[in-house]
Amino acid sequence: MKILSAGSFLAASKNNLMKRDQYNPFRVMVRKEISDQVHSWRFILLLVLMLLTFAASMYISASNIRTAFSNTDDPDHSFLYLKLLGATDGSMPPFHVLMSFLAPLLGISMGFDAINSEQNSGSLTRLLAQPIYRDNVLLAKFYSGMLIIGTLFISLTLLMLGAGLIITGVRIEPAELLRVLAFVIITIVYVGFYLSLSILLSIAFRQAATSALCALGVWLFFTVFYPMIVNLAIRAILPDPANLSQAQILGYNELILDIMRMAPGQLYSDSSTTILMPSIRSLGPLSMEQLSGAIPSPLPIRESLVIVWPQLSGLLAGSIACFALAYYLFMRREIRS
Amino acid sequence: MEPIIDLRDLSKCYGSHTAVDKLSLQISRGEIFGLLGPNGAGKTTSILMMLGLTEPDSGTARVCGLDATRDAIAIKRKVGYMPDNLGFYPQLTGLENLVYIARLNGQPEKGIKHHANAILELVGLKEDTAKLVSKYSRGMKQRLGLAEVLIKKPELIILDEPTLGIDPTGVKEFLELISSLQKEQGLTVLLSSHHLHHVQQVCHRVGIFVKGKLLATGNLQTLAAELFGDSGLHTYIQLTAPPADAEQLKAEFTSWPEINSLDIQANTLSFNTSENITPKLIRKLIDLGENIQAASQKQYGLDEIYQKYFEHTTNSTLENENIKRRVFFGRK
Repeated sequence: MKILSAGSFLAASKNNLMKRDQYNPFRVMVRKEISDQVHSWRFILLLVLMLLTFAASMYISASNIRTAFSNTDDPDHSFLYLKLLGATDGSMPPFHVLMSFLAPLLGISMGFDAINSEQNSGSLTRLLAQPIYRDNVLLAKFYSGMLIIGTLFISLTLLMLGAGLIITGVRIEPAELLRVLAFVIITIVYVGFYLSLSILLSIAFRQAATSALCALGVWLFFTVFYPMIVNLAIRAILPDPANLSQAQILGYNELILDIMRMAPGQLYSDSSTTILMPSIRSLGPLSMEQLSGAIPSPLPIRESLVIVWPQLSGLLAGSIACFALAYYLFMRREIRS
Repeated sequence: MEPIIDLRDLSKCYGSHTAVDKLSLQISRGEIFGLLGPNGAGKTTSILMMLGLTEPDSGTARVCGLDATRDAIAIKRKVGYMPDNLGFYPQLTGLENLVYIARLNGQPEKGIKHHANAILELVGLKEDTAKLVSKYSRGMKQRLGLAEVLIKKPELIILDEPTLGIDPTGVKEFLELISSLQKEQGLTVLLSSHHLHHVQQVCHRVGIFVKGKLLATGNLQTLAAELFGDSGLHTYIQLTAPPADAEQLKAEFTSWPEINSLDIQANTLSFNTSENITPKLIRKLIDLGENIQAASQKQYGLDEIYQKYFEHTTNSTLENENIKRRVFFGRK
C-alpha cells in the first residue's frame, strides 16, 4: 500500500513537473499576439506619434508649471503632478484632450484586422484545428491588446512622474498618485472600448480595409460630427431661451449633455477632466442655490470617482457590449475561409 | 476493433443548400483512405464536422472513439489536420511556426525546438528552418503543413487537398512521404482530393463523393466490379500464331480461381483476372509450348470509375430535374 502511494505520488509529481514545463495555450496565444503587435509597423508608428504627443505636451506643461503652481486663484494649483498632465499655455491642448483624439486610433489599429486577416490568410482554420477553445482566440486578441495599452500608458505615466520629480524635486502626494492612476485606468478603458469595437468589426467584415474604414468612421463620427449634429438638432428643436424658465433651461442643458454623452469621447473627456481637476464638483449645470455656500476647494479622490462613475461605467458597458457581440458572432461563424 | 472514423447519417445544410447528405462512413486504423469528389462536393465540410469545427445538423461523428461535437478538444489533440487553404504566419520562420503549434498542443518546453527541427528534417525542410514563411514556395508550405500535423504525434492525419498547386515532382515526393509515414508509424490517413491519380497512388480505399453524397466506397477492384461487372484487371497476351487447340487452352485456364474469363481472338488471349497474375500466365503459356510475342495489362483506373459514377449521378440529377420541369409545366 505504501509502495503504491509512493508510486502514485511520484507519478503525480512527474505529471506536475511536465505540466509546469508546458505553456497554457491561452498564454501561448497572448505571447504571440503581443509579439506580432509590437513588431508591426503600424504599432511602431502610432507609438512614435503617442511619444511625440506626450513629449510635446509634457514640455509645454513643464514650461508653464511655475505659472500654474503660483496661480492661487486656481483651487487645483497645488496639485503639481496633475498640472503636468493638464497645464498648457494655449499653444497646444493638454495631454488628456489629445488622448481623447489619438487613443482610439491605437485601439483601432490593434483590432481592425484581428479576425478577418486570420480568416483570409487561412491561418484561422489551422489555429482552430489545434486543441484550443474557440473563444480563447478572441480573448487572446483582446487581452494582448489591453496588456500592450496598459503597459504603454503606465510607462508614459511613470516617465511623466519621473520627469516631474527630476524637474521640480517635489515628491508626489498619495492623493495625486491615486488620481494619476485613475486617469491611466480611464484612458485604458477608453482605448479598450475602441479595441473591442474594432475586433467586433473585424468579425463582421471579411475585408480588413472595410473594418478599418468602418472603425475610423465611427471614431470620426463621434469625435467630429456627433457634437456638430447634436448642436444643429438642438438649435432646430430648442425653443427660444428667453421664453423658458430657469428650471426648463436647466432641464434642456441636462438633456443636451445626456445626448452628448452617447459619444465615448465625451465620457472620457468628462471623467478625465474631473479626475485631473479635483475642484470639479459636478458634470452638469448647477443652480445658484446649489453653489451658494460651497467652498471652492478640491474634492477628495473618492468624491471625484463618485462623480465620474456613470461615465466610467458607460465606457465599460460599451466595451463589454461590443465584446459580447463580437463573441456571439465569432462563436457562430463558419470558419471556412 | 472500433473504426478510427465512424460517421453515421451525418448531414449539414447551409441555408437551402445541402452540403453533406446523410454521410455514413467507417475508416479502420492504419488505412489510407481517399475522399474523392469535385470542388464543392462536401469533402471539406465533412472533415470540419469530424474535427468538431462545424456542427452537423443531424447524425453522429465519432473520431478516435470520441464524439466530435462533445469532445472536439480531445479529438483535436489526436488528429492532425492540414487544411486546403494553408495559412501560416508569414512574419515567422518555419521553425517558429512549428514551435508555436507545438506549444499550443501543450508539448513540453524542454526540447521543443529539437523536436521541431527533427520533424522539419523528416519532411525535407532542414535547410529552410530559419527562413521566413513568406519566402516559402507552395510545395515548402505543404511540407511545413505536414510537419505541423506530425509534431502533435497524431493517431489520424487528415489532409485536405494536399497536392493542390504543387508541381508533379513535388506531388510525387509528397505522396511518397505520406505513404512511408503510414508504413513506418502505422498512421491512419484520410486524404481528400479531386486529383484522382494522386489518390490512386497511395490509397487503400476510396470514397466517391458527389453533391454531398457518398456514392461508393471500396478499393479499385471492388468499385470496378460494382460498375463494370468485373474486377477491372485485364491481361492481353499476343502469341506469334493462333493456338493449336484453343478449347484446351480455355479449359486449362478457366479452372484457375483467379481467372474470371478468357477470350481468344485469333492469336490474342484476353484474360479478366481478380488479381495480377500476368507473370504466372506467361510462364504457363511457355510451358504449354506457346510462343509469346507481346503481353500487356490494363486496369480500370480511378478516372474511369469516378467518371462513370459522376456521369451516373449527373444523368440521374438531370433526369430528375427534367421530370420536375415537365411536372411544373404540366407536360408528361
